Amino acid sequence: MTAYAYYPGCSLHGTGIEYAKSTNAVCRVLGIELKELEDWNCCGASSAHTVNPWLGHGLVARNLKLAAATGLKDVVLPCTACYARFKETTHALGDPAVAARIEEVAGGNVPRDLAIEPLLKIVVEPARMEHLQASVVRPLKGLKVAPYYGCLLTRPPDVTHFDDPEDPQTLDQLMRVLGAEVVAWPGKTACCGSNLALTRTDIALDLSHQLLAWAEAAGADAIVTACPMCHSNLDTRQGQMRRSGRGDHQMAVYYFTELMGVALGLGLSELGIPKHLTDAVAPLTRVPAEARS
Amino acid sequence: MPDALRLNPAVSRDAICFVETTSGQSLHDCYQCGKCAAGCPLARATDLSPQQIIRALQLGQADVALDSRGLWLCVGCQTCVTRCPCEIDLPRVMDALRVWAMANGRRSAQREVPIFHRVFLKTVELLGRAYEVGVVGGFNTLSGHLLGSADLGWPMFVRGKLKPIPRHIRGRAQVAAIFERAEAMRASEITAARKAEGAAR
Repeated sequence: MTAYAYYPGCSLHGTGIEYAKSTNAVCRVLGIELKELEDWNCCGASSAHTVNPWLGHGLVARNLKLAAATGLKDVVLPCTACYARFKETTHALGDPAVAARIEEVAGGNVPRDLAIEPLLKIVVEPARMEHLQASVVRPLKGLKVAPYYGCLLTRPPDVTHFDDPEDPQTLDQLMRVLGAEVVAWPGKTACCGSNLALTRTDIALDLSHQLLAWAEAAGADAIVTACPMCHSNLDTRQGQMRRSGRGDHQMAVYYFTELMGVALGLGLSELGIPKHLTDAVAPLTRVPAEARS
Repeated sequence: MPDALRLNPAVSRDAICFVETTSGQSLHDCYQCGKCAAGCPLARATDLSPQQIIRALQLGQADVALDSRGLWLCVGCQTCVTRCPCEIDLPRVMDALRVWAMANGRRSAQREVPIFHRVFLKTVELLGRAYEVGVVGGFNTLSGHLLGSADLGWPMFVRGKLKPIPRHIRGRAQVAAIFERAEAMRASEITAARKAEGAAR
C-alpha cells in the first residue's frame, strides 16, 4: 500500500460521482491508499482566480495546510480543474514575495514542500503499470477510444510539467495497456467550453459537439477523459445537441478510472458507469467478458 | 468590434498599470504574431481576439479591452500561453483585466459571466464548498435565463449527481475569513494602481 493525501474536489461529490466511485474502486485494487483531507474546502475553480487571484490562492492554501496535516507529502487530485488551481498556487509559492502574500490571505504558514499530482500520473508510474498490466482480467478488446486530455492537465506546461501539451500520450498508453484500441483524432487537447456551459450554453455546445463529431469521424466508440468538467459537457449535454440540431451523437464518455475498473474485472455499478446521462453500458457489452486467453 | 483602434493614448493608464502589476506580464513584449488568435477555441464566437486585446493594451486603450466580449468569453484554456513565442501569460492578463473590471463595477459585454462567478463564489463563501443546485438556481434568477439547464435537473438528480440540500463544512468560518482578507488585499491593490496613475500625471 502506498498512501497519498487525497483532494476529491466538489465535482466528485456531485456531478462526477462516477469518477469518485471508480477512483476509489481502482485504487483499492492497485494498493493505493487515498487519505481524504479532513474538512477540505472548494478550491474556487474556475471562478476565484479570475475575480481575485488572492482568493484563488487562499482557498487552495487552506487545503494545502490540511494536506500537510495528513503527514503525507504527495497530494493526489482526480479533478483536472482543481489540479490546475493547486499547481498554480504551489508554483506561485516559489516566489518569496508572492508566498508572503499567500500566507497573508491564508492566515498563517502555508506548506511549500508538497507534491501536487494528478491521479492519472500516479496510476501510470512504471511499477504500477506493470502491476496493472498483470491485473487486467477483461482486456477492452475491440473498444475504440479517443483519449481526451482537455486543457488543464498539460497546460500551461511551465506550471503542470505533465506530458506534452500538444500531443500528450499518457492516456493513450494507459488505454493500450487496458487492451483498448486508441484512435488518432484532432481533439485531444481542444477545449470543451468549460463553464460557458452555463453562461453561453450555445458556445459550449458548439465546442463539445465538435469534439464528439471528431471522435466519431475517427471511428471511436467512446471518449475517455480525466476531467469532470469535460465529462459533464460531453456526456450530459448530448441531448441538448440533438434537440438544437447540432448533431445526433450517441457517444459514451468515460473517466479513465472507469475503463481501468472494467479491465480489472470490477462491476459496472461499483464503478458508477450506469450513472452517465449518455448510455455508457452498451459499448462495454461488446467487450468479451471472459478472462484473457 | 470597433472599426479602428484610436491612436491617441487613453487618458487613464490605471487599469493597464494594474494589469501589468497583477499579471506580472510585460505587454510590450508582444510583437503581434497572432499565434494566440489562431489557436483560440473561442475565435468563432468572439469580437476581439486575444491578439487584439493585447494590442489595445499596448496602445493604452484599456477601455477597448475591458468593453470587449472576448475578455469574458475566455475560459482560460491556456492554449495561447502554451504557444506564445514571447512567453506572455495571456490568461493572467485576462484574469487581471476581469479583476479590474469587476472591482470597478464595469458593465460586462457578457453579463452572464460575472453573474456566474459571483453566485458560484457566494456558495463557496457561505458553505465552504460549491453547491450546484444553488449556483444554477441563483444564476438563472439573476441572469434572467430562468429555465437554463432545467432539462438536466431531474436526470442528474435521479442519478445522485445533484444534492438538493446544501451542506457546509465545519471550517466555513475560516473560508469566509479567507474571502474577507482576499477582498481587502484586492482593494488595496486597486487603490495603489489608481494612486500610481495619479502620481504619474
